[in-house]
Amino acid sequence: MRELRNVAKLDNLDEVIAFVEEQLEEHDCPPKLVIQINIAVEEIYVNIAHYAYTPEIGEAVVQTEFSEDPSGITITFIDSGKPFDPLAKPDPDVTLPAEERQIGGLGIYMVKKSMDDVQYERKDGKNILTITKRW
Amino acid sequence: MLNITNSVKEEELTVALEGRLDTTTAPQLEDSLHASLEGTEKLVFDLEKLQYISSAGLRVLLSAQKMMNKKSGMVIRNASDEVREIFEVTGFSDILTIED
Repeated sequence: MRELRNVAKLDNLDEVIAFVEEQLEEHDCPPKLVIQINIAVEEIYVNIAHYAYTPEIGEAVVQTEFSEDPSGITITFIDSGKPFDPLAKPDPDVTLPAEERQIGGLGIYMVKKSMDDVQYERKDGKNILTITKRW
Repeated sequence: MLNITNSVKEEELTVALEGRLDTTTAPQLEDSLHASLEGTEKLVFDLEKLQYISSAGLRVLLSAQKMMNKKSGMVIRNASDEVREIFEVTGFSDILTIED
C-alpha cells in the first residue's frame, strides 16, 4: 500500500493525479482506464477540497493498493471533515434538456458509472471513500 | 494543462482544445469564451487533441451550449472515443450536437 497525504485543496489536485497515474503506468493499466481512473480521482478529491473542511482547511489522505489476477487498483480517500456520503445523493437526471440541467452530482455519477465498485464509510470521525477498478 | 486555440471565420468561432479540460483548466476556457463569444454566431469545438474532460469541463460546455442555443448553435467535432463515452454516460450526447 502507498499513501499520499496533503492539505485538501485544489492546488494539490495535480499532485494527487500524478501520484495515482504513475503507479497505474507501472502496473500496465490500459490507457483508456487510466483516463477513467484519473477522472474519478479528480471528482472525489475536488469534492473533499470543496466541502470536507470548509471554511477551515484539513488533511486528505489517498491510499493505493494493487491486486493481481485480475489486475486492479483500489484507491481509498480519507478526510476528517464533516460527515458526507456522496453516494447518498440521488443520481442526477441525465435526460433533461440543456436549460434544465444541473451539474451538481454529475461528478460522483461519473465515478459510479465508470468504476467497478464504490463504497463509503464513516468511521472514527472520518469519511472513507473507496473505489476499485479492474482490468 | 490545456491549450486553447481560437480561429475565427466570419461569425463562426472554432475553439480547438488540447490536453485536459478539468477542474484546474476549466476556468481558462470559461474566461476565453467569455472574451470571444460576443461577436460569435456559431461555435465549433474541435476536441481532436482533448485527452479528457471531467464534470468541471462539462459545466463549461453546458453553459456555452445554453448561450449558443440563443444564436446559431454549437457543434462538437473530432471527439475521441473516451470523451464520447463521457458524453454518453452523462447524457450530454443528447444535449450537444456531436459530429465526426
